[in-house]
Amino acid sequence: MKVTLSIQRFDPEKDEKPYRKDYTIDVDPAFRILDCLDKVKWDIDGGLAYRRSCSHGICGSDAMMINGKNMLACQVLVQDFKKKFIKIDPIPSMPIIKDLVVDMDSFFAKYEVVKPYLIAKTQPPVKERYQSQEDRALIDEAVNCILCGACSASCPSLWSNDAYLGPAAMLKAYRFAFDSRDDAQNERLDVVDSPDGLWRCHTIFNCVEVCPKEINITWHLSQLKKKCAMREL
Amino acid sequence: MIHKHDLIIVGAGLAGLRAAVETSGYADVGVISKLFPTRSHSGAAQGGIAAALGNEEHDTVEWHIFDSVKGSDYLGDQDAITMMCTEAPDAVYELEHLGVPFSRTKEGKIAQRQFGGHTKEVIDENGNSKRMPVLRACYSADRTGHVILHTLYEQCVKRNVRFYSEYFILSLIIEEGICRGLTAFNLLDGEIHTFHSKAVMFGTGGYGRAYRVTSNAYANSGDGVAIAFRAGIPLEDMEFVQFHPTGLYPLGILVTEGARGEGGYLKNKDGERFMKNYAPTVMELAPRDMVTRSIQTEINEGRGIDGKDFVNLDLTHLGAAKLKERLPEITGFAKTYVGIDPVKQPIPILPTAHYSMGGIPTNLYGNVLADEKGTIVKGFFAAGECACVSVHGANRLGTNSLLDAVVHGRRTGKTIVKFLRDAELMPIPENAEEKDRAMFAKLYATTSGENADKIRVRLKEEMTNKCGVFRNEKDLLSMLDTIHELKEKFKNISMMHKGVVFNTELMEIIELGNLLEFSDAIVTGALARKECRGAHWRVDHPKRDDENWLKHTIAFKTEKGIELKYKPVTILNYQPQERKY
Repeated sequence: MKVTLSIQRFDPEKDEKPYRKDYTIDVDPAFRILDCLDKVKWDIDGGLAYRRSCSHGICGSDAMMINGKNMLACQVLVQDFKKKFIKIDPIPSMPIIKDLVVDMDSFFAKYEVVKPYLIAKTQPPVKERYQSQEDRALIDEAVNCILCGACSASCPSLWSNDAYLGPAAMLKAYRFAFDSRDDAQNERLDVVDSPDGLWRCHTIFNCVEVCPKEINITWHLSQLKKKCAMREL
Repeated sequence: MIHKHDLIIVGAGLAGLRAAVETSGYADVGVISKLFPTRSHSGAAQGGIAAALGNEEHDTVEWHIFDSVKGSDYLGDQDAITMMCTEAPDAVYELEHLGVPFSRTKEGKIAQRQFGGHTKEVIDENGNSKRMPVLRACYSADRTGHVILHTLYEQCVKRNVRFYSEYFILSLIIEEGICRGLTAFNLLDGEIHTFHSKAVMFGTGGYGRAYRVTSNAYANSGDGVAIAFRAGIPLEDMEFVQFHPTGLYPLGILVTEGARGEGGYLKNKDGERFMKNYAPTVMELAPRDMVTRSIQTEINEGRGIDGKDFVNLDLTHLGAAKLKERLPEITGFAKTYVGIDPVKQPIPILPTAHYSMGGIPTNLYGNVLADEKGTIVKGFFAAGECACVSVHGANRLGTNSLLDAVVHGRRTGKTIVKFLRDAELMPIPENAEEKDRAMFAKLYATTSGENADKIRVRLKEEMTNKCGVFRNEKDLLSMLDTIHELKEKFKNISMMHKGVVFNTELMEIIELGNLLEFSDAIVTGALARKECRGAHWRVDHPKRDDENWLKHTIAFKTEKGIELKYKPVTILNYQPQERKY
């Protein structure tokens, strides 16, 4: 079947600003959008730039805006769209390097701010630290994050304030603050209980809507908020 | 630009990151990766990491060793396997201490599940010993690789490890048998850089992308393996490519063996659990090579579903709750890619190129070997899927790959720390980048020529058909001709896009060169090896031949083409026996 991809292009070596270009290609309805991009790249324009690797939604490379919504190009098929005119843009609010490739440095810098690693202050036992199934369940969704950036790039609070740490970093903060093995709760809450932290989240739920791993990010942030509030009592 | 470090690690999957964690406190470490580290394909591993912890039932390291030896079809080196299985429990506890969120048992220990080929010894009512599946695979739902990868990256962030993300390696610098660094290009601006170091470690992953149907990421183009080969390092046992039994039809996306570990059935078009005809004691939990051949045989003999080239993986009897708790990721895949809800319908699957048993030869300490005699290449180390120790021999058991990457990443890291105590920064030639610059210049200057995609498609298609699950001399000879023809065409390749910023076409062309380079070694090894062993199945030589072929292939790149030599397998406690399950 025929499908038209309308792709935002930008080559810093040639273009002053981004523009759209349409490509009509013949595809199998079961093609992923990623397969369609490959087809354009291999058959029509080798210069088309986008990131990709695993091609089944676990590496987090290929977040992009498809018909106005951030998603992974490898996780959505042509047949999932009613109209065969599909708009593809880079995820918003991050500087464009080329075409669909964005500069994620600030995204990862924020990730590093929340101390994204287990801090255990006691000597580990010879075998594993025990953790109950109930405690493990608290972080079950949070550990699924693939750092694709779809959430943070969809967050209006982040659009209006660059300094806001954003949903992905907050979710990582949750992942450790709620890990029963972690001993740095206060340090962690200090980081997120700050002017550019948690309270910038206005529960708009854009992040939840776009998360390709279906993580209820806003719920996790609300649990963190509760923890911060309880601490002050 | 020249960067200097004590150690350069190439690859940011489990092996590379585990080595970075091990070495970063003692040395100035730089990690180069063609992807941002958490995008590495270790993250796609689903089912678990093997270790005889005995958390769920009695288990022993000895059983793990025996299973791995038998699983390898006796081609695995028993000293290496013994070491890996013995270190496994500690390596897994250590991961837990670093923060890996394993699933838990009721008592709060690391949870374990069954996996193919992993067994316990059971004495039946007649006093006979038999082997039955054992709970040995430590898991985190069906996202085990993902959580370990992220945890190791987190630990690198904690240790301030220097990363060069989206740098793509081009050449090794080896002079007088000593590795002194490498060259790479920065995808961001196309600039070639030299990395000058006392030690280089490769953790560059596997080479499954040479096949059309594969569970491997785009990134798994065997770059490290090909670059080492070009630099004069031989490759070991390249003909052993694992085809995973359950790739999601038709793309080949991995559906974890954990699905069978949790009790899933394989069924043909008659609804028959056909594994009873091939491996009556362990059924669906036979090792991968056997299950794959069984599936392929069902398909070839017309018992695929609706006569098509797939069979069913039936999980419907496991119930929605178990699927949600234990196998959420693959439940999602099935819905997304084939519109099937595994709670209600079986999943269509077919064998998919999955794992590279062969690779860069190393000793037990991660030193790369220059020949079949065991000569060490000073300053060059390798671990994980790109390396061949050999712990997997002719067929890897599921969950031994994450174990291999973690154990050898750690061991190699320790070796490097010792090596660096008295290693010096050896001088590098001034023209280290010359060959790469010339290659780039040619690509940028060529205005017409061969199309990369056509070469790539043909290579992958023919490798799948002619050097796949079942092989024979005629097909392999024809494949070799194809590779030689495609290599000639590749010399005259044309790049459409001439920009330098994020030129992924340039990267793909270099990857294609790498695919061609090592595919030659796969096919040459497969053609020479006239027997059936593990994943290498020659229908024209339908028996394992220990008398002539119980030995490792060592392939050298020479001016006249590939030259094959062999080296003996290390056998300790387990003499080769007929392999039955």
